[in-house]
Amino acid sequence: MNTWTIFKRELTSYFTQPTAYAIAIIFGLLSTLLAFTIGGFWNIADASLHGSFFRFHPLLLMILVPAVSMRQWSDEHSTNTIELLGTFPVNLRSAIWGKFLASALIWALALGLTFPMVVAVNHLGSPDNWTIFSGYLGSFFVCLTFLAITTLVSSFTRDQVVALIASVAICCILTILGWEPVINEIRRSGSDTAVETMTRLGIYSHFFEATLGKISFTSLLYFIGLIITCLFGTSMVLKSQRS
Amino acid sequence: MIEVTGLTKRFGSKIAVDNLSFSVEKGEVLGFLGPNGAGKSTTMRMVTGFLPVTKGKIEISGVSVIRNPIEAKQKIGYLPESAPLYNDMTVQGFLKFCASMRGLSGNARREAVSKSIETCFLENVARQSIGTLSKGYRHRTCLAQSLLHDPEVLVLDEPTDGLDPNQKLEVRKLIKNLGKEKAILFSTHILEEVSAACTRAVIVDKGSIVADGTPEQLSKEGGGSLYDLFHKVTSFETPAA
Repeated sequence: MNTWTIFKRELTSYFTQPTAYAIAIIFGLLSTLLAFTIGGFWNIADASLHGSFFRFHPLLLMILVPAVSMRQWSDEHSTNTIELLGTFPVNLRSAIWGKFLASALIWALALGLTFPMVVAVNHLGSPDNWTIFSGYLGSFFVCLTFLAITTLVSSFTRDQVVALIASVAICCILTILGWEPVINEIRRSGSDTAVETMTRLGIYSHFFEATLGKISFTSLLYFIGLIITCLFGTSMVLKSQRS
Repeated sequence: MIEVTGLTKRFGSKIAVDNLSFSVEKGEVLGFLGPNGAGKSTTMRMVTGFLPVTKGKIEISGVSVIRNPIEAKQKIGYLPESAPLYNDMTVQGFLKFCASMRGLSGNARREAVSKSIETCFLENVARQSIGTLSKGYRHRTCLAQSLLHDPEVLVLDEPTDGLDPNQKLEVRKLIKNLGKEKAILFSTHILEEVSAACTRAVIVDKGSIVADGTPEQLSKEGGGSLYDLFHKVTSFETPAA
């Protein structure tokens, strides 16, 4: 009940400010632009959207997700509304989940608004729509993971800019760890263990599996584990700040 | 209704509240006086369940704030010191949100919001965005959220701060009226408010109670002036917790 109340407040807050609209437009434009330029959508005849469209998502999301959610808890600290929330007869977990789910819905909508790409590939040929759906699911899990990281980071500080910089830095590291050019470079230096560790820790390999239509149990565990850990960490941080 | 026993709060090596004990009964308005950094807000934050206590007991109508925080919080209305609000909401939207957080819904929520708006004279700004309100209206909006669920206990941290003289008078009258049915703990720097709104007052200094009594008793103790007593029993400056 309280999770729902906070969810509604947060969602309304996104739509009363230009944030939600700005994200949907920027994300939609950039992802489509990249698909048709660097992604080579026409040249590689990519019906699954794996190589031309989805592969740029983590690179965009590692900046856009923290930009949207940096204020999630830092704003509560700077306006001191955290004191109001803390004296309502609600569990802190309800507030954390309410805020998280509202941001998650914004990202689901932003991803959903890229549907013209799906329409285009269906118009041009007969793609495997399950693979495309799986790619979207992978992108959504990346959104949720970056969102959970930003939630945790924003709980530490009342300064939104600090929250943004620190969150982008962490999301960048997670993305770069498993990014193909970086992995290839490490592979050239000959350390297989390093390659394997980085691939497992980075977000790209888990995301790539999804864009190929194969979401493994390990990848699910990776995403869900990171999300739960960050949200649990947020609860711990908010509690410890009061004492 | 409010029963505080041996309350202590430490922030690292600093003792913000030191073995504080007091009680507030139904029909009583207890003024909480003290210089800046004396531990008033810290005590109030512990009473409302926002800050965890280091040592001691707090009970609200027999319910422990430490053991049953959710149940205890349902009985408290709280106005924090800085009157925090969500600037992107309208006054009415904010009060609806707070009422929902207090478990009210449907007609009960509608009625509670209307009553609070009326009690705190917010009719003119009910549909206005909070971000555009003056300090006085912001304060009254936050006061309104503390009354929504008709709590048994009110904890008001400097409720007249930022209000003009007319608004101060109205809020004091309101506190006095509410005090007939509730237990009210309110902090203030303005000593006139003690005789205007309180049935009893305590003076806190360096986290401890240094004077306790009715406004008349305290004035008498200060040789006819509450100011003199305040100067006598409190330190000039206390570093904030």
